[in-house]
Amino acid sequence: MAFYVVQFLTGLASAASLFLVASGLSIIFGVTRIVNFAHGAFYMIGAYVAFTLTERLSGAFGFWGAIVIAAFAVALIGVLVEMVLLRRIYHAPELFQLLATFGLTLMVEDLVVLIWGPDDLVGRRAPGFKGAIDFFGQNIPSYDLFLIVLGPVVLGILWLLFQRTRWGVLVRAATQDRDMVAALGVNQKWLFTSVFAVGVFLAALGGALQIPRDAVHHAMDLRIIVEVFVVVVIGGLGSIIGAFVAAVLVSELNAFGILIFPKISIILVFLVMAAVLIVRPWGLFGRPEAPARKTPGLTVNPWRPLTSNERLASLAAFVIAATLPLFAGNYALTVGSEIAIFVIFAVSLHFLMSVGGLASFGHAAYFGLGAYGVAFLAKMAGLPMIVCLLLGPLLGCMGAAVFGFFAVQLSGVYFAMLTLAFAQIVWSIAFQWVSVTGGDNGILGVWPSSWAASPSHFYWLALGVAALVTIALRAMVFSPFGYALRATRDSLLRSEAVGINAKRIQWTAFVIAGTTAGIGGALFAYLKGSVFPDNLGISLSVDALVMVLLGGVETVSGAVIGAIVYKALNIWLVSQTDLSKLVLGGFIVLIVVVFPKGIVGMLEMLAQRRRKTSPPGSPLLAKPIESAE
Amino acid sequence: MRAKNYFVGAAFALLASGMAHSALAQEIKIGEINSYSLLPAFTEPYRKGWQLAVEEINAAGGINGKKLIVVSKDDGGKPADAQTAANELVSSEGVAMLTGTFLSNIGLAVSDFANQKKVFFLAAEPLTDAVTWSKGNKYTFRLRPSNYMQAAMLVEAASKLPAKRWATIAPNYEYGQSAVAVFKKLMSEKRPDIQWVDEQWPPQGKIDAGPVVQAVAAANPEAILNVTFGADLVKLVREGNTRGLFKGREVVSFLTGEPEYLDPLKEETPEGWIVTGYPWYSIKTPEHDAFLKAYQAKYNDYPRLGSIVGYQTIKSAAAILAKAGSTDPEKLIAAAEGLSMPSPFGEITFRKIDHQSTLGAYVGKTALKDGKGVMVDSSYKKGADYLPSDAEVEKLRPKD
Repeated sequence: MAFYVVQFLTGLASAASLFLVASGLSIIFGVTRIVNFAHGAFYMIGAYVAFTLTERLSGAFGFWGAIVIAAFAVALIGVLVEMVLLRRIYHAPELFQLLATFGLTLMVEDLVVLIWGPDDLVGRRAPGFKGAIDFFGQNIPSYDLFLIVLGPVVLGILWLLFQRTRWGVLVRAATQDRDMVAALGVNQKWLFTSVFAVGVFLAALGGALQIPRDAVHHAMDLRIIVEVFVVVVIGGLGSIIGAFVAAVLVSELNAFGILIFPKISIILVFLVMAAVLIVRPWGLFGRPEAPARKTPGLTVNPWRPLTSNERLASLAAFVIAATLPLFAGNYALTVGSEIAIFVIFAVSLHFLMSVGGLASFGHAAYFGLGAYGVAFLAKMAGLPMIVCLLLGPLLGCMGAAVFGFFAVQLSGVYFAMLTLAFAQIVWSIAFQWVSVTGGDNGILGVWPSSWAASPSHFYWLALGVAALVTIALRAMVFSPFGYALRATRDSLLRSEAVGINAKRIQWTAFVIAGTTAGIGGALFAYLKGSVFPDNLGISLSVDALVMVLLGGVETVSGAVIGAIVYKALNIWLVSQTDLSKLVLGGFIVLIVVVFPKGIVGMLEMLAQRRRKTSPPGSPLLAKPIESAE
Repeated sequence: MRAKNYFVGAAFALLASGMAHSALAQEIKIGEINSYSLLPAFTEPYRKGWQLAVEEINAAGGINGKKLIVVSKDDGGKPADAQTAANELVSSEGVAMLTGTFLSNIGLAVSDFANQKKVFFLAAEPLTDAVTWSKGNKYTFRLRPSNYMQAAMLVEAASKLPAKRWATIAPNYEYGQSAVAVFKKLMSEKRPDIQWVDEQWPPQGKIDAGPVVQAVAAANPEAILNVTFGADLVKLVREGNTRGLFKGREVVSFLTGEPEYLDPLKEETPEGWIVTGYPWYSIKTPEHDAFLKAYQAKYNDYPRLGSIVGYQTIKSAAAILAKAGSTDPEKLIAAAEGLSMPSPFGEITFRKIDHQSTLGAYVGKTALKDGKGVMVDSSYKKGADYLPSDAEVEKLRPKD
């Protein structure tokens, strides 16, 4: 019996650590709607700064003082980031801020190694909380008890802050309806900055408090960020109490789950999230989001098919790309193939995001399923390459059909997080089912047949498929199906009122996007000759998001450019420098500031401005505007 | 700062002095890939190790009179990126062979690439048995003692312990799984009386140490096998110390004696664990003394195990190239099979039968000295003594 009590308390201590970080994220998201990918980075900086300070300052006061000073110092950094970077892009399309915070995260991961060195750092134990307390023969670390008390205390303070202060009232109001708060004359700028500061303070505090139990190292951020997001979503976005309950739920399920299934930790939080979201689409304590007031049509340039000149230009670009094998070497061709494959992948997600308005955080699942489909067919059934390429993506299609059915019942960030949960479930199956998938050692030896083996042939294959896919998806955008899909994106209520079965349309779009991603994955398997669970992983999903956002989410085919720029830059930087993350992150942050609508989005805007200022009589320019949607 | 730039710079210096044409013919390039950005704690000392080797080789006249150049690439910890790098090294840089890699899945990905493109590959660090056995191929050789060898070394010591009730804690991925599987198999062969009472599989890098420690303690084992390392090990040790998990229990632990993983623990180092590792401070052989002196003179820092691996990888590559007298992969394979050479740990041989080197490891016990973790009572275990019989290896390895 004593054991179960102690295990329960241990779970509570884990929950408290998780809650501190999650509460900050929840507050930030609730008010600013920023998916703050950098939250884990602030957590990590908090730990590093606290480590340095605790090593310098002596005594009990020194230790606790150092923890608090570290949290305040990092909060200041947070304020700086908010004012310099995020303020510029609040009006950018949804999720664009994710790109900025992703760039920051990349930079921080390299910066901490530059500043604090590559070794794992082990900080001091907390004065007064070094030992353990005996509980019927079981030991409970006194630091755990401290955390168990701290969690509810922080919850209480936050509750008072939100319920009993004017600032808290404004924050709650903004969580419910930002536009109304702005309309009532509240200075949103400072509200957002202060909220961001509080959120970052909590993240840094959470990181600093890990010093006595953890090692401080440069991958801490990744370890926590996804888990915290999951906790926030399970609890319901913007709900502090929800975050607390979710943290306790997840931690206790883990503490007791490992007694029965020792391997459960790897997937537990995602299983819980999937289950919760299917039953309660807005998390445990969340409320349905108010319908968006802004009509997307106002911010988006009307979409139109390419003019004949633009078609010719695209064709010319394609022809030039197709002549690459005439002058480039094998390495350039293989990189070219990889970029073409990522164009397919990015375009498929772009279709879902920009046309359907459904941002998936787990799109790599279908890419990876396509790759595994090919690997199974080639290695187990021994089918020839062409058959594998045709049938492999069907696995992606099936995955998308099953998961998409559940996912499209939700919307917004909940949709995104459910797709993430499904992707992680697929990933863990690939990771754990060693006898079939080879586990993390993957499936090797999936090489192309001789007709496609030479780099130039494979490049033409990849380029051709990429072009076909892009054209097909574009054609779909301007088909009746595409218009229906856009209607569900722009106004769910109105589209249903005119008789569009929104869920079915969205589901179809999800399956199309998943299958297309599967095609990319199938080619990828042959390009690399092997398939690993990485191909289904979070980082690949994030890559796809970044490519789409970089290209411009409000454009028809921006993802093509986004994929080319991001992938080419990434490969080149990784090859040139060990600090590729720092440079790439810096580049992304720069792009975010200079091109707040994405690269293509910005170019289109410039082109349109020029069109508007040109003399009205010009027949050449007037025609495309008339033919616009 | 990068090695590559350094050597490219050297090449340009040659170019400037008008020796460009002859210089090109007088160079041999080796391609090197590792997870520099993902695992800097291991790869920084590793890089220092191989840079020292390059310096020594060129100071001694290069490889058959040709200057050795190492072109190094980062794989970011991703198999797909490692293949892109391998491709660049082979197609663009025209390297004579590939070396390096740390993670097992990356080692396998590059090994499969080498097999497909018919390129010689010397795997430095990946531990999975698959590299030389179940997924072995004729183009791939490996330097470090495999999972099986390290398990066999630990079993030798562990089987002498009186403990009968054993629990295991290992990261939930291939390395942890196969380490536990081999250890259990070899241990149960020697000691049929042993019971396996609990196993814990925390995700790699994400251990929730408190509940794991409690769960193991609840099974009340007499001895524990640990396979976690890095930050997970730190958390496990700290929770275990506080909760008294290790009190009165024997612990056998993979890799924990390596300075990379032992040094961060400082005064929290648990005492009396049986570990594999690298006690650079207590190895007293002429070969190691020479290495240690050169390393400390160049970097003003002590070597980690990664330094040895990096150093010996390039030394081995150079020895193979020198013997082959050619960069033709088939000739390199013929030269490497059965080739013996000196190393800081004594003479090693690349076995013909499975392309595994006989580099060994030190086994000893952890201890706390002046607030730092050290390995004591350590002895070197030769790799050759801890490999299965040739007949068994034949069965494990696919025919080339």
